[in-house]
Amino acid sequence: MYSKDGENYFIVDAHVALWDARRENQRNIHGKQFIDCFYDYHRNLSPASELWPYEDFLYQGGERLMKDLFTDGYVDHAIFQPAHLGAFYNTGFGQTEEAFALTRKHPGMLTYNHCFDPRFEEAGLRQLREDAARFGLKGVKLYTAEWKGDSRGYKLSDPWTYRYLEACRELGIKNIHIHKGPTIRPLDRDAFDVADVDAAASDFTDLNFVVEHCGLPRLEDFCWIATQEPNVHAGLAVAIPFMHTRPRYFAQIIGELLYWLDEDRIQFSSDYALWTPKWIVEQFVDFRIPDDMTGEYPQLTVAQKKKILGLNAAAMYDIEVPAGLGLAEPAVV
Amino acid sequence: MWAAQLEVAARAALDTVYDPELDEPVTDLGFVRSLTADDGRVTVHLRLPTSFCSPNFAYLMASDAKDALSALPGAREVTVLLDDHHDSDLINRGLAADAGYRGTFGHEAEQDLEELRGIFRRKAHTAAMERALTALLRARPDLAEEQLGDVVLGDLPDTSATRALLRRRAALGLGTAPADPALVDDDGRPCPRGEIPLRLRFARSVRISVDGNAHFCRGLLRTRYPQSAADQSMRPEEFPAGGKPVGAGEPVPAAELFRRSAPAKENVS
Repeated sequence: MYSKDGENYFIVDAHVALWDARRENQRNIHGKQFIDCFYDYHRNLSPASELWPYEDFLYQGGERLMKDLFTDGYVDHAIFQPAHLGAFYNTGFGQTEEAFALTRKHPGMLTYNHCFDPRFEEAGLRQLREDAARFGLKGVKLYTAEWKGDSRGYKLSDPWTYRYLEACRELGIKNIHIHKGPTIRPLDRDAFDVADVDAAASDFTDLNFVVEHCGLPRLEDFCWIATQEPNVHAGLAVAIPFMHTRPRYFAQIIGELLYWLDEDRIQFSSDYALWTPKWIVEQFVDFRIPDDMTGEYPQLTVAQKKKILGLNAAAMYDIEVPAGLGLAEPAVV
Repeated sequence: MWAAQLEVAARAALDTVYDPELDEPVTDLGFVRSLTADDGRVTVHLRLPTSFCSPNFAYLMASDAKDALSALPGAREVTVLLDDHHDSDLINRGLAADAGYRGTFGHEAEQDLEELRGIFRRKAHTAAMERALTALLRARPDLAEEQLGDVVLGDLPDTSATRALLRRRAALGLGTAPADPALVDDDGRPCPRGEIPLRLRFARSVRISVDGNAHFCRGLLRTRYPQSAADQSMRPEEFPAGGKPVGAGEPVPAAELFRRSAPAKENVS
């Protein structure tokens, strides 16, 4: 919980990772390039006081994660959104066993979402059923730009993905998070393109589709889709740290999201360990649309900030909000 | 041609090569790491903000650079090299062999790059249109959004935003005559009056997206290569806090304005 000016905020960090990018886990040069790219994001958008040494960035481990998120970072509940990246890392980038064990050790504080890859076809479908039972999955994170053999990506609209989404529906995995952000491989099968979310969201209206990084670098395509599909949500990972270095740009992003979507469909994410939540929560609660921009964008309200920082994701994941930390009217998902 | 002359000409040629997504020249973005010209041999090294920058865009910029340089009269031999990218080897081999996009990427490249280029040309036009019309709305408080349908290109002041709009219209094959309507869709059709506010609103989100990507990519390049900061120039269409366009020149006759807007090369978007 975070308190400021007499207001209490229930914080759900909807996109965190427990990754291992240490040299011994890098399968090839791409593993190094990938974490170096993340480290550049970290260096480019973080306040100077929050910069980590490179070695710290490669791996954090469970204890540090708990401290950064919960002891220091005001987070009440965090959701793992792992990327596998098996073509880059020997044991994968996201550490499934370590993260799941941590979830068991701290019940009520962490939710483990897993990932699937429809290119494993029938075998992957069987695995998804096992994973759903073992992890008690409520959500999955899909990294559509993942490399696999000769394939450099897949789409949500692919027939095999549809079979997996049908299985999700049957298994009670209702929250589908999709990475649509600034890393990037497929060529013609453009990983930025959010059009495949449109197709899936139309055909699976009973599932929630959370577009991580809110479609950046194609914010407008995302907004256009989300306006038409009420089950499409925005994850603020990578977008929210712009608040520090580029506050005017962040004002435009959040202003556009509130205009095209609504305040019930935007979720806070630190994207730990790209960034730690502490400074982001503090700055977001203090954030104001610059005075000369209020003609274009209305000022954010305390209620909107409460929803974005935690109540929206809590509603989506059936996370109990302690008495007094909700709003008079419940957030609707 | 003397080496120094050729180098100046080569740099000018690279000014016409644009990052399609950011809609800015690779020279302004700081993507040109080095350029040497010696005895008709031009060698350029390009660098990008991350190893994982989209390979189709990387290829597009590198091959546009090679085309632009090869067209120079004094250039006998042109080498374009992309540094520090996860596909550097592949792209550099493809460029050296003039293998083309499909020849370079094989089965991964199902389509030609022209379709992708077209998408970003349309976005660049939409963003440029929003910049020009929003500036007009700010300058003329009497003008309502719905009246923008009556605004023609000749009504726009001579600013960098207007010149950028005309260049992008020309690149898309849209009309650039003073009597042509300023607010049009991707095919040059005027917008029905009732849809104008929504059209402008969507155009605004396109512009914010393009601007935001430019901020992010420029910042990441500086993080990755601190010395690149010196090579980056301010974005010509940047609007500071007051909303006044930077670099608004003295008024010039409309005919002169439209003559200037003609694209220098096919690959100017």
